[in-house]
Amino acid sequence: MNSRGQAAACPLIVYGNRIGTLMEYFLELFFGGLTRGSIYALIALGYTMVYGIIELINFAHGEIYMIGAFTGLIVAGVLGALGFPGFAILVLAVIVAVIYSAAYGFTIEKIAYKPLRGAPRLSPLISAIGMSIFLQNYVMLAQTSDFLPFPSLIPEFKIPGLTGIITSSEVVIVAVTVVVCVALTLFIKYGKLGKAMRATAQNRKMAQLVGISVNTVISATFVIGSSLAAVGGVLIASHIGQINYYIGFIAGIKAFTAAVLGGIGSIPGAMLGALILGLTEAFATGYVSSDYEDVFAFALLVLILIFRPAGIMGKQPTQKV
Amino acid sequence: MNNNIKADKGKRPLAFFSAGCDSAAHALRRSVLVALWFMFLTFPIMVIKVDTVNKTIDWRWMNLLWIGIGSFVLSFVWRWLLERKELQKDQVSTEGPVERLLTSASSIPAAKWSLLAIVGIAALVFPHLAGMYQTNIMISCLTYVALGLGLNIVVGLAGLLDLGYVAFYAVGAYAYALMNMHFQIGFWTMLPLGAVLGAICGILLGFPVLRLRGDYLAIVTLGFGEIIRLVLENWGEVTMGPSGISGIDRPMLFGHKFGVFDSITFMYYIMLGLMILTIFFVNRLQNSRIGRAWLALREDEIACQAMGIDRTKTKLMAFALGATWAGMAGVVFAAKTTFINPASFTFWESAIILSVVVIGGMGSVRGVILGALVLILLPEYLRAFSEFRMLIFGATMVLVMVFRPQGLIRAKRKVYTYMGRKTAGAEHG
Amino acid sequence: MVSPVLNVQDICMDFGGIRALDEVNLDVKAGEIVALIGPNGAGKTTFFNCITGIYKPTSGDVVVGRSGDSPRRINGIKPNLVTEIGMARTFQNIRLFPSMTALENVMIGTHCRTKSGIWGAISHNRKARVEEQEIIERSYHLLELVHLEEYANELACNLPYGKQRRLEIARAMATDPFLLLLDEPAAGMNPHETIELKELVLGIRDVYGISILLIEHDMKMVMSMSDRIFVLDYGRLISHGTPQEVSGDPAVIKAYLGEGDDDV
Repeated sequence: MNSRGQAAACPLIVYGNRIGTLMEYFLELFFGGLTRGSIYALIALGYTMVYGIIELINFAHGEIYMIGAFTGLIVAGVLGALGFPGFAILVLAVIVAVIYSAAYGFTIEKIAYKPLRGAPRLSPLISAIGMSIFLQNYVMLAQTSDFLPFPSLIPEFKIPGLTGIITSSEVVIVAVTVVVCVALTLFIKYGKLGKAMRATAQNRKMAQLVGISVNTVISATFVIGSSLAAVGGVLIASHIGQINYYIGFIAGIKAFTAAVLGGIGSIPGAMLGALILGLTEAFATGYVSSDYEDVFAFALLVLILIFRPAGIMGKQPTQKV
Repeated sequence: MNNNIKADKGKRPLAFFSAGCDSAAHALRRSVLVALWFMFLTFPIMVIKVDTVNKTIDWRWMNLLWIGIGSFVLSFVWRWLLERKELQKDQVSTEGPVERLLTSASSIPAAKWSLLAIVGIAALVFPHLAGMYQTNIMISCLTYVALGLGLNIVVGLAGLLDLGYVAFYAVGAYAYALMNMHFQIGFWTMLPLGAVLGAICGILLGFPVLRLRGDYLAIVTLGFGEIIRLVLENWGEVTMGPSGISGIDRPMLFGHKFGVFDSITFMYYIMLGLMILTIFFVNRLQNSRIGRAWLALREDEIACQAMGIDRTKTKLMAFALGATWAGMAGVVFAAKTTFINPASFTFWESAIILSVVVIGGMGSVRGVILGALVLILLPEYLRAFSEFRMLIFGATMVLVMVFRPQGLIRAKRKVYTYMGRKTAGAEHG
Repeated sequence: MVSPVLNVQDICMDFGGIRALDEVNLDVKAGEIVALIGPNGAGKTTFFNCITGIYKPTSGDVVVGRSGDSPRRINGIKPNLVTEIGMARTFQNIRLFPSMTALENVMIGTHCRTKSGIWGAISHNRKARVEEQEIIERSYHLLELVHLEEYANELACNLPYGKQRRLEIARAMATDPFLLLLDEPAAGMNPHETIELKELVLGIRDVYGISILLIEHDMKMVMSMSDRIFVLDYGRLISHGTPQEVSGDPAVIKAYLGEGDDDV
C-alpha cells in the first residue's frame, strides 16, 4: 500500500511507484487489472441481474456501491474508536455494509421502479437517473464532498516470491470475488430462488402463472445485486484508502461497460466482461498513458455497443412483431 | 413497504389520511413502520460522521428525528398520490391547475395576446429594471431554455434519451474560444458555425449509435459526453487543460464594442432572440411532417418502419437538430462568461438540462420554458436551498416519472381538422 | 396471364436450429385477393415478416413489382423501403400509434409519399403548405373509406378494437401500396363487423385495384372472398388453389382436424 493517500482524481486502483524489471512490471499490472476486474465484476453482477429480470439499467446501482463503501467507513470509524482489532472491523464492516446496501437496493426498487412497471421504457430509466442524482447528493450533504481517508482494514501478509508485485489486499479482493462468483453461480443454478429468477428472466408472465411471486423475485434480485456491490465497495475502499460521494458514478459506468461487454443479462458474461475490462484498463494505463484512464473504458463501451451490442455471451435479441 | 395499494376506490372521509389502507389505524401503523424503516436506513449516513484520522465520531441524533417525522408524514402523501394516480388512470385527461389556467387564457384571443404582450414587454425591459446580477442570472436561465428546447427535440419529440447532450454544448463553446484565440474570429461569424459544427458532431456520433435500443443509447451518449470532457481536460496543448481558456471576446454590434455593463444587456437581448428563434423553430418542426414522424417513432418503431419511415434518417435528424442548438448555446455561453474550462461541461450539466425537460414536460415547449424558469431561477433566489438543488432535482425526477410523467405542462398537439375543400390546422387545448 | 405483383420462391427461414418456413412458394397476381391460412404457429406471420423486411429470409427469393414495372428482388431490404416500393401491412396485434389521433395515424402513412423536410417545416413555404393540406385531405378521405371520419380527432388508443383494425387498414392504404398485407384483420371482430370488413376489403380491391394478401382464421370470410388460398402447416406449404380445391384437399383437412388417433 505504498501509494496510499495520493489524491488523484478518483482512481480505483493506484499503482505502486516501484518499477522493477519489465516482467515484474507486467505482473504488477496484471494483478492490478485482476483486482480492478474483480471489483467491476462485483458491481456488474448487480447490473446484469437486474437487467435480466426487468430490462432496466439500474442507474442508481453505482450509488449503492458508494453507499456500501460509506457504511463500511462509518462502521470502521466507530469500531476503530472503540478499539476493535483490524480483521474484526473488516468482517463487521462488510456485513453491515451488505445489510445497508441491500436495504437501499430494496427501497429504491419499491420507490422508483415498482410504480413504473408497464410504463414506457424511458420512464424507469429517467427515474433511475433521478435516483442516482438524489443518492449522490444525499451522501454529499449528509457526509462531505471531500475525499475521506479509509482505514486499511485488510491485514498485511507477505506472498512468497511476489513481494512488491501483489499486495495482500489484492489477494483478498480477488479471492473474495472468486468465492462470491462461484456461490452466486451455484445459487442461480440450483437454489430455489435462483431458479425462480431464471424463470422470471425468461418469461415473467409464465413465471407468475406457475406460482412464482414476481415481486419477491425482483426484490431479491435487487437485494442480492446490492449486497455484492457493497462487498466490492468496502474492499476497494480499504484497498485504495479514500472514498467520496462520487466514486459510484465512474465505477458504475465502468461496471456497466463490463456487463455489456460480457452480454447484459448473462451472469458469467458479467464476470468475463469485468475481467477483460479490468485487464485492458490496467495495461492501457500502464503501457500507454494514465491521463486517459477513463477514456479507455468509455471508448470500449461505445465500441462494443456499436459493433456487438449483444456482448460476448449475450444472445442476439430477436424482434417480436 | 408503503405502496401495495389495495384497489379500494370508494370515496371515504379522511381519504387522504387512510389512502391505500383499510382503516385509519392501519394507515397509522404502516406510516410508523415506514418511518422506522427510513430511520434505520438513513441511520449511519445521516447520524454518524466519523473521522478515522483523529478517531473522533460526531453523532447527529437530531437528524434521526427529522427523518422519522419527515418519512412519517411523507408516507401519507405518497400513498395518497399513488391512490389518486390509480383513480385517474381511467380518466382520459386531467389538467393540472397551471394547465387549466393556460388553457382558459389561450381560449380567449384577447387574453392570450395581452398575456403574450405583457410577457414580451417584461422580457424586453427586464435588463433595464433589474440589476446586472439579475440580468446575468436571466441570461443563464435563457440559455437553459434554449438548451432544454434543443434537448426536447431529441428526448421529448423523438424519444431518444441523450445523456451526453452537454458534449455538443462544449463543442460550441470550445470552438468559439479556440477560433477566437487563434484567429480572432468574432462572435457573429462563430454563431452559425457553432450551429453547423454541433449538427456535424450530432451526425457523426448519431450515425453509429442510433440503431441502438433506447437504454443503450442513453449509456453510449453518456460515455461519449464523458470522453469529450476527459479529452478537453487532458489534451492540454490544444484545450489548455483543466485551467481552461480565458479572455474570450464578447460580442460586438456592427463593430461597436460595449462596456462590461452594456455588453451584459446586449448579451441578454442576443439570448432572448436566440430563445425566441428556438421556440419558433421547435413549434414549426413539431407540427410538421418530420415532427409527426418523430412522435410516431417514439411510440412504435416497428410500425413506423412499416409505414415507410426511415428510422435512422429520422432519428439522425432529431439528433443533429438537438445538437445544433447545443452548439449555438455553447458559443453564446463562451461569449457571455469570456472564460471556459472543462468543469462547465460535466455530466451534471447534462443532468440539469435533462431535468429541465423531464420536469417541465417532455415534448412540451411551454413546459420546458416553465421548467427552466423554475429549476434555474428558484435555486438562484433561494440561496439557502441552493445546496440542495441537485438533491431536489433528482428526487423530483423520480416523483415526476411516478406521478406525473407528462411533466408540469403536458405537450399540446396541433389538432388537424378537415373542412370540405378547405383544410386548416387549429390549435386546441 | 397477368404478371404477379408478388412472387415468393422457395423461401426458408431458420431461427437457430428451427426451420420456421421451409421452401414456401407463393404468388399474388394483380387485382387478386389471396389468403394464407393454416393452424396456429404454422408460420404465417413469420412469412409476412420475411417478405416485409422485418426478418431476412435464410434463403429463397422475394420478388415484387407494381404491375407494369420491372420486378425487383427485395430479400433483406429495410422494412421502410419495402413500404416505399409499395407493399403495406397491418399487424396481428394492432400496432397503431396510441397517443396520436386517428387522423394523425393515417397522416403518418403518407410519410413515404411526401417530401417536405426540415427547411419546409421551418419556412412553412408554399410547397410545404400545399403538401400539408394534401396530406390532411387524403388522410381524411381514407378515414371516410373505412368509416372512421367521425373519430378523426379521437386518440387511437380510445377507439374500440374493431375500429382500430380498420384504422390500421386506412393507415396502410395511406402509403399508396399496390399490395396490401393484412394480418388477421377480422380477429376479435363480431360477425357484423366481419361482414363490414369483407365489404371494405373487396371495395379496396375493386375501387383502387390493390391486390390483397391476407392471413385469416375466419374460414367463412376466407372462403367467400379469396380468389386463391395457400395453406401452411409447420412452415411448409401443404396445399394451394381456389377455395373449392383447398377445402376439398385431404391434406388441409388433416392439418386442421388432425388424424383421429394423433390428436387424442
